[in-house]
Amino acid sequence: MAIKNYILVCGGTACESIKSDAIYQNLLEEAAAQGVAQDVQIVKTGCFGFCEKGPIVKVLPDENFYVQVNPGDAREIIAENIIKGRVVQRLAYKEEGKKEAAADEIGFYQKQYRIVLRNCGLIDPENIEEYIARDGYLALEKALFEMNPDTIIEELKTARLRGRGGAGFPVWMKWKTTREAESDTRYIICNADEGDPGAYMDRSTLEGDPHSILEAMTIAGYTVGAHLGIIYIRAEYPLAIKRLETAMAQAKSMGLLGQDILGSGFDFDIEIRLGAGAFVCGEETALIASVEGKRGMPTPKPPFPAVAGLWGKPTVINNVETWANIPVILTKGGEWFSSIGTADSSGTKVFALTGKINNSGLVEVPMGITLREIVFDIGGGIKDSKQFKAVQTGGPSGGVITSEFLDTPIDFGSLIAVGSMMGSGGMIVMDEDDCIVDVAKFYMEFCVDESCGKCSPCRIGTKKLHGILDKVTKGKGTLADLESMQKIGTAMKKAALCGLGQTAPNPILSTMKYFEKEYLEHINLGTCRAGKCKELVQYLINPEKCTGCTICARKCPSQCIAGTKKKPHVIDQALCIKCGDCLSNCKFGAISTY
Amino acid sequence: MPANIEVKINGNAVQVGRDSTILEAARLANINIPTLCAHPDLTPWAACGLCVVKVEGSPKQVRACATTVVAGQNYITHDPELQETRRTVLELILSNHPSECLKCARNTTCELQQLAADFGIREVPFTYNVKRLPVDDSTPSIILDPSKCVSCGRCALVCQQLQGVWALEFLNRGDDTRIAPAGGVLLNESPCIKCGQCSAHCPVGAIYEKDETAKLLAAIRDENLHVVVQIAPSVRAALGEMFDLPAGTLVTRKIYAALRKLGCDTVFDTNFSADLTIMEEGSELVARLSKGTGVLPQITSCCPAWTDYMEKYYSDMIPHFSTAKSPMMMQGAITKTYYAEQINKKAEEIYSVAIMPCTAKKYEITRSDDMCASGCQDVDLVLTTRELGRLIKSMGIDFVSLDEESADSPIGKYSGAATIFGNTGGVMEAAVRTAYKLVTGEELANVQVDAVRGMDGVRTGSVDFKGTEIKVAVAHGMVNVGSIMDEVRAARDKGEEPPYHFIEVMACRGGCIAGGGQPYNTDDAVRAKRIAAIYTDDEISEVRCSHQNPEIIEIYEKFLEKPLSDRAHKLLHTKYQPRPLYVK
Amino acid sequence: MAKMTLDELRKLREQSKSNINRRDTSENDIQIIVGTGTCGIAAGSKNVLNAFIDAVEAQKLEHITIRQTGCMGLCYVEPTVEVRVPGMPDTIYGKVDAAVAEKIVSEHILGKKLVEGHIFDRPAPDIMKN
Repeated sequence: MAIKNYILVCGGTACESIKSDAIYQNLLEEAAAQGVAQDVQIVKTGCFGFCEKGPIVKVLPDENFYVQVNPGDAREIIAENIIKGRVVQRLAYKEEGKKEAAADEIGFYQKQYRIVLRNCGLIDPENIEEYIARDGYLALEKALFEMNPDTIIEELKTARLRGRGGAGFPVWMKWKTTREAESDTRYIICNADEGDPGAYMDRSTLEGDPHSILEAMTIAGYTVGAHLGIIYIRAEYPLAIKRLETAMAQAKSMGLLGQDILGSGFDFDIEIRLGAGAFVCGEETALIASVEGKRGMPTPKPPFPAVAGLWGKPTVINNVETWANIPVILTKGGEWFSSIGTADSSGTKVFALTGKINNSGLVEVPMGITLREIVFDIGGGIKDSKQFKAVQTGGPSGGVITSEFLDTPIDFGSLIAVGSMMGSGGMIVMDEDDCIVDVAKFYMEFCVDESCGKCSPCRIGTKKLHGILDKVTKGKGTLADLESMQKIGTAMKKAALCGLGQTAPNPILSTMKYFEKEYLEHINLGTCRAGKCKELVQYLINPEKCTGCTICARKCPSQCIAGTKKKPHVIDQALCIKCGDCLSNCKFGAISTY
Repeated sequence: MPANIEVKINGNAVQVGRDSTILEAARLANINIPTLCAHPDLTPWAACGLCVVKVEGSPKQVRACATTVVAGQNYITHDPELQETRRTVLELILSNHPSECLKCARNTTCELQQLAADFGIREVPFTYNVKRLPVDDSTPSIILDPSKCVSCGRCALVCQQLQGVWALEFLNRGDDTRIAPAGGVLLNESPCIKCGQCSAHCPVGAIYEKDETAKLLAAIRDENLHVVVQIAPSVRAALGEMFDLPAGTLVTRKIYAALRKLGCDTVFDTNFSADLTIMEEGSELVARLSKGTGVLPQITSCCPAWTDYMEKYYSDMIPHFSTAKSPMMMQGAITKTYYAEQINKKAEEIYSVAIMPCTAKKYEITRSDDMCASGCQDVDLVLTTRELGRLIKSMGIDFVSLDEESADSPIGKYSGAATIFGNTGGVMEAAVRTAYKLVTGEELANVQVDAVRGMDGVRTGSVDFKGTEIKVAVAHGMVNVGSIMDEVRAARDKGEEPPYHFIEVMACRGGCIAGGGQPYNTDDAVRAKRIAAIYTDDEISEVRCSHQNPEIIEIYEKFLEKPLSDRAHKLLHTKYQPRPLYVK
Repeated sequence: MAKMTLDELRKLREQSKSNINRRDTSENDIQIIVGTGTCGIAAGSKNVLNAFIDAVEAQKLEHITIRQTGCMGLCYVEPTVEVRVPGMPDTIYGKVDAAVAEKIVSEHILGKKLVEGHIFDRPAPDIMKN
């Protein structure tokens, strides 16, 4: 007797804590009681997200998605859905404002929408035929035989696609400027120098769907009149490089790259240039310098690369995620693309969701989604049910978004309005255990390491800011230091040469704005509420709770705990190295931090 | 020539070239925007961050040095907000800079010190963080003190863009950035040609000439030494600037007087040996042209930075090099032989000093054994124009009010041809004046050879030697020599006729008048004034051609016999050898 | 001379589509798709791939395709594997190791039952199917 239905019961921690286990048991019992035990398999699964609406139950193959299910609902689910094959509307997930759950739209409840990652996790990236089967190279076909450069640029304009590298410059304008710049030679560059800490959207795209990048670059070449494209990729991405090379070889052998592509008469080739992983080489002028064999240092803009880029020639430079959007825009149309997202920003954005989040991973969401939806519906909420503190977006160039802005729609403009930025897509979730000063220090340390050293505001400013933050985390900061940070930060924003330096103070300025109290605590009270800043933490033994068991004294590596057996012990603060071993070993809760 | 456009600087209209930067437009409007990295000789590097200005209607601050003007725009160059940015950036730079102004080579000439003074910086609100890095004094010419470096990039850009040497490069990143030879080797182990353009462009005291003024004072003090000094052609057109005289003031005779006041026993002029060089080098050219002794083209060799460059980058061109020594080395050899005999001194009893526009000259005096033709070192000490200026000041000499004096005989007179050695095209022109006579037997009617004058990096032309066309080329600014050398190589490799007969090369833009040891703040405007002064010196000279200099005629009669004689070869000629770019 | 003409590309696309269609609908064809992006490999997906090959060989199963794909985005449960068995819903397994791989072969592929505790939801609908 074959199984007809499968009932998936969410076994994520959030759901489990609210009785998903009881639901599971009840479903098993009801299935037996109603005589369908042989027809249905009931399984526990990993987290579905939507933890605020848990427990979640999903019925396959119908894809019925039930939220806030109670153990008592088991009877109805079996009776209605399994036996009668009807959706239990009462439990079904409905989009806000809708009465009925959408019918046969698979995944209708899902917040993610995958344009860039459309093929990632579905096709074999080393098999060009799988790409072609999913309408791969159809956009190139259209571009070469049905469209012309003007209509392609027009389509991109209709799509309102903005560059996904951080600044969000309209793509059609870049292409048009390059096309119209006077020159005998033009170039196409794919910026695959992904460098934000914690960001790996581009790597995954290249590894999962390399042909989409090649196809897009070829289309751009045809549009602006370029015959050579360069993919600038960091050498730390060996698998992405290998898959790109495989894809390029396949495309070349099939005539989708190289001379006279598909008999159109158009020639286009792509070469790979390896970067050594300097963050600044993600800045387009520094990237171009690096491709030219020079030291990776930015040059002033203007001139913009679209006018004078690689070897001084007009150059279209877009990042991986931007490129991955291009083929779909041509096959499905700019109108379709622009219907996704917001008026400010169309399409989707891929984020690398990391930090104190349950379901860390790559997510692609339509622009305009709220941070709350990403963190709680997709990300499954904060780990260990801790308190949400803030989200950091835009990496070392961005800022923090606090809980008061959780419902801000995510698009280029809104993020800037709340003092952060889209950035390339790093999204790091912080909870109550994260010290905001420490976080700012982390990003500044990154900038100190990655400043190219060319312009003095960035070269010296990052170092000074880091020094001040270090003082603050050690309890040696002063109120004057806060002023100094404002002053240096403001000067860097105004006078640094490139985007890296101009935005490097953002993590500090943004955290100082939203978490001024925490800075002041470090400075005035010498405390770190998250307990991250070791120098500021004091371990104290509560004499009323201490039983004198001596375990802490025996575990202490610096032997700074004194006391006789069965008498309260005392920690010598001068010798304490704040390792926390006493706290974790005390069985009586007598030790706490201040 | 692109047409001018109108922009506004702080509301005041100014007409500027279409490709001008905001910084250039502001200067035309007599507005000074502070900068530490921009230099008229260099493409904007945009490093220091001090020149930020605003375009009216935009809150953004843009770099005046690197932003091209747009017709009709109004640029705000100074307001409290901009001053705040500049002041903070300046404070940041100062917080990483040693506060050692009193002991610094650039004390009172430092551009950073001037800015700190202008901004009235009394304290720096940020933690001091001065990196103590080892001083590189490996070359005889220049000293690199990375602790004082503000990473403005001028030295590296000069070294790479103007000189094509690539001895200096940016090392490391961020706060650890420093400028030094690639691989962190010492300058003396690098391709450095000691031209000193880095030291002339450095805004602070991070690269400076090796100060050897104390050696001159010690020699003067030594009663057993007879101190003989010579001054190079270009020094006379530049030293005055150090005493606030306008650029281009000729101070030849005041220099003679000052040197005597310092205590030098005899004052000669390198120009005498410039004439001597023409006699030797001109004769060598004529020999190559008429007798086929040696290959063509002949290339000048009086610039030590160029010979060093050639030995490193174009060693296959060695056979083309004139074997004639530079005027300075000839003067030294003659001083310690011909002149020594006349005053009954041994060579070692003479202390031979050269005042030069050039730091590479400090290297040249020991570059090979040939520099000891007299039996001991022919030139004992080279002081740059800057060092001499400082020495004159420290010795309490009121330079401007000095009486005019003359050089000593018998090797102190010079022709107009000699003095123009000081600027680009001058050696060529001087050589043409004498070679014409040597080839045709007649004097050139018009001694001004316009074909080789001017400021283009490479100039080519031909001179008619009564029916024989002599093809010439002139290059200055080391980076410009490449195209000519490539032409010569290509013709040689194909077995074709050489494209030129005679090539003049000077390492520094404009020639020696803008050498690496000349007064600070040299740009094309200053170069033009110094060149004009040099040509004036030529025009007012009694004789205009080297072979007409009576002391030259006399030395050949009494001592050297004839050009290219055995004695001339021993004293006045040298050889070259290939050298590696990196010693290690 | 072009290596491939427009018509040839179109034919190839149709053929590839029908190949995949057949694979997806055929009674016999079972697919095991292992995510081998950097994240998957770092979490051990190469071992998982080998474990599947071994298990399939040990059970002497036929009509099974084991192939690789890129990152699905479920980084917190890598390595991930998608199993497509005709007549059963396409299933994504996470936190798969060699033992789970064996279980998937024995329970899911042979026993036609889903494996407890490792099932995860596909993160988004496939836009190419609309």
